[in-house]
Amino acid sequence: MAIKDLPREEYVMMGNAACPGCPATMALRTVLKALGKKTIMTVPACCTAVIQSLYPYTSFKVPIMNIAFEAAAAGASGIEASLKKQGKEDYTVLAWAGDGGTYDIGIQALSGALERGTNFLYICYNNQIYSNTGIQRSGATPMGAWTTTTVGGKTEFRKEMGEIIRAHHIPYAAQASISQPLDLFKKVSKAKSIKGPKYIEILAPCPPGWRFSMDKTVEMGDLAIETGAWALYESIEDVVTFQGKSKLILEGKLKRKPIEDWMKWQGRFRPLFIPSRDEERINQIQHHTDNLWERYQKEFL
Amino acid sequence: MKVMIDTGNYIAAKAAVMARPEVVAAYPITPQTTLVEGIANYVAKGEFKGEYICVESEHSAMAACIGACEAGSRVFTATSSHGLLLMHEMLHWAALARLPIVMSNINRVIGPGWNIWADENDSISQRDTGWIQLYCSSNQEIFDTIIQSFKLAEDAKIVLPVMINHNAFILSHTSMPAYIPEQEEIDEFLPSYNPKWKLDIDNPVSHGNIIGTEYYEKLRKAMQDAQEQAKYLIPKIAKDWQKRFDRYHGGLLEEYRCEDAEYILVSMGAIGAESKVAIDELRSKGKKIGLARLRSFRPFPSEEFIRLGKQADFIVIDRNISIGSEGAVFNELKAALYQKSDAHVIGFIAGLGGKDVPYWDIETMCMKAITKKTKNMEWFGFTEEV
Amino acid sequence: MGKTGSWRVFRPTLLKDKCVKCLRCWIFCPEGSIIRNKDDTVEINYDYCKGCGVCANVCKVKAIEMDREAKKK
Repeated sequence: MAIKDLPREEYVMMGNAACPGCPATMALRTVLKALGKKTIMTVPACCTAVIQSLYPYTSFKVPIMNIAFEAAAAGASGIEASLKKQGKEDYTVLAWAGDGGTYDIGIQALSGALERGTNFLYICYNNQIYSNTGIQRSGATPMGAWTTTTVGGKTEFRKEMGEIIRAHHIPYAAQASISQPLDLFKKVSKAKSIKGPKYIEILAPCPPGWRFSMDKTVEMGDLAIETGAWALYESIEDVVTFQGKSKLILEGKLKRKPIEDWMKWQGRFRPLFIPSRDEERINQIQHHTDNLWERYQKEFL
Repeated sequence: MKVMIDTGNYIAAKAAVMARPEVVAAYPITPQTTLVEGIANYVAKGEFKGEYICVESEHSAMAACIGACEAGSRVFTATSSHGLLLMHEMLHWAALARLPIVMSNINRVIGPGWNIWADENDSISQRDTGWIQLYCSSNQEIFDTIIQSFKLAEDAKIVLPVMINHNAFILSHTSMPAYIPEQEEIDEFLPSYNPKWKLDIDNPVSHGNIIGTEYYEKLRKAMQDAQEQAKYLIPKIAKDWQKRFDRYHGGLLEEYRCEDAEYILVSMGAIGAESKVAIDELRSKGKKIGLARLRSFRPFPSEEFIRLGKQADFIVIDRNISIGSEGAVFNELKAALYQKSDAHVIGFIAGLGGKDVPYWDIETMCMKAITKKTKNMEWFGFTEEV
Repeated sequence: MGKTGSWRVFRPTLLKDKCVKCLRCWIFCPEGSIIRNKDDTVEINYDYCKGCGVCANVCKVKAIEMDREAKKK
């Protein structure tokens, strides 16, 4: 499959309120190309809620139910039940939420919907912060990152949401990146073809949140993959395979770049490098990443 | 028509199922549990053909109801006390989203400490959410009101969610007989849900995105206008039910022996039922007293009270307290009468924490008001007057 | 939001002769303001392009150049 094979139809319209270089609209364009017209979205409080823009206008061509921050997955359960009663089971119910509404305040509703077997696709676009409210830390924020509520740099490692999701043993779970649209398209298409609860998490580098130049969104996504900060994988009926460079890294065919090759481009990691290198913290983060990949290799090779 | 002798909860479950909702999403909490278990039994028997979602919290219960309703389905749920409080954000959401969701709330005490008996702080503390609030005093009334509430909520002039309240254990777990119409009769009274709008791929809209100040003001005004319309529609639907099924529990109020009353007792729920006995006792002792049992707390029947205030003074029993202020009915009744009536109002707080309020205590309260031993407000059972 | 082209500080220019029609700019544009023509050539919709520069960043043949929107005096 090549980029030219992606459908031409656009469901995200120009003139929306997203920041220049925004990974959310970048990802959603590809996602909705894979899902098509028969999609009903529910969107909790997050950047995308704002990106829709001001009533009475909207910038999306699919029906959207906006809902409270913690309630996306529960709202999706309700929509799915109604559609089932209406015989519209070929529709996709898409819950589209940020990492705040997924890892933290929304985790309960998400876990409940997965455990109940709700037939829907939950996509978390993860910019590793509470971006919409102004760059506060979330459970997805990596160690060492500046945010407005971790001004000296976050002192905890982020949650391994993928492991939490896999503990629900749902038919399909995956990690993707805005920087690999073909991989994302394939994953969304695969999820669409499966009945039951599906979860895809898309790494979404955020220019104002991570403090990098707005043209480098795609680069930050690929560097995350190349340094092992993010892995592309797919779990189908609990069988996990990796994709792209993540696959090569897992198999030892490609050496992981040092984690600082990703961090050094982002102003949020500035305290680790300026005025002087915080070797201890950088090593801690590298060590943590090494351990993560050791675990991946033990479990999935 | 069959007679069902069962608890308020099981009779509520029967009504909920007969209303044919397409989706029920609920979370258990004492003493609502038997209501949702009742619906689960109908699922197992194949008598409930809708989708029954066992959500993982009450907040999610209301969120799921909102999702199902916006997708175009009739929905029902039930909760109580802490569950209702946990839903608070989504109660506001459902009303502002103008969704005709119907919910049974079993009035139970709020903790800490843990107390599962009857008082009305739970629903009264939700009075600002925009939900229509009705209060029942018998299992028959619970059945009839639940069906009527779907018709009310779904009316094009209303399109607001409706909460039907009944007291913990006194009604929820006490068996009383109730006449149950045939399913065809219910279907005739309450046809299938025809939503004004829904999430539709052929007409995609974003519901609930950012809204500016002028539009939002209009949203709020429209909600207020809808509740004003409910003041007409609640009694009308009750009268339609009476024509069809020969049963009537009142409109916004149920007036009992008020015709020549000089005092009118105002109470709700189980205390409302007990009040009738107290009224009969007082009448037999020559007191010219009647009962205006409050059925609709939202919309608050201001005009009815102004009308009754022309002939009588009021005695209010609140099974709730707004700490730092007064009982809600006492407070709102006085506000309704302000500059529109000379009627005097005396208030009592009674029954908090599930304390039993038998008819003789109600008699005592009324006599205290009539003899002016209580001149303003009293926490019944506490020695000093406030 | 209307015509977000007014947001631009930087402006992309497509060098049509260099373009190999890989469509990376099309799929990566966060706005969808790079229009894909029937023959897979692309055009920039300047009414809506926010000038983020992702297109120039992802183009492997440097067929898109970013310049300041405001004219230099």
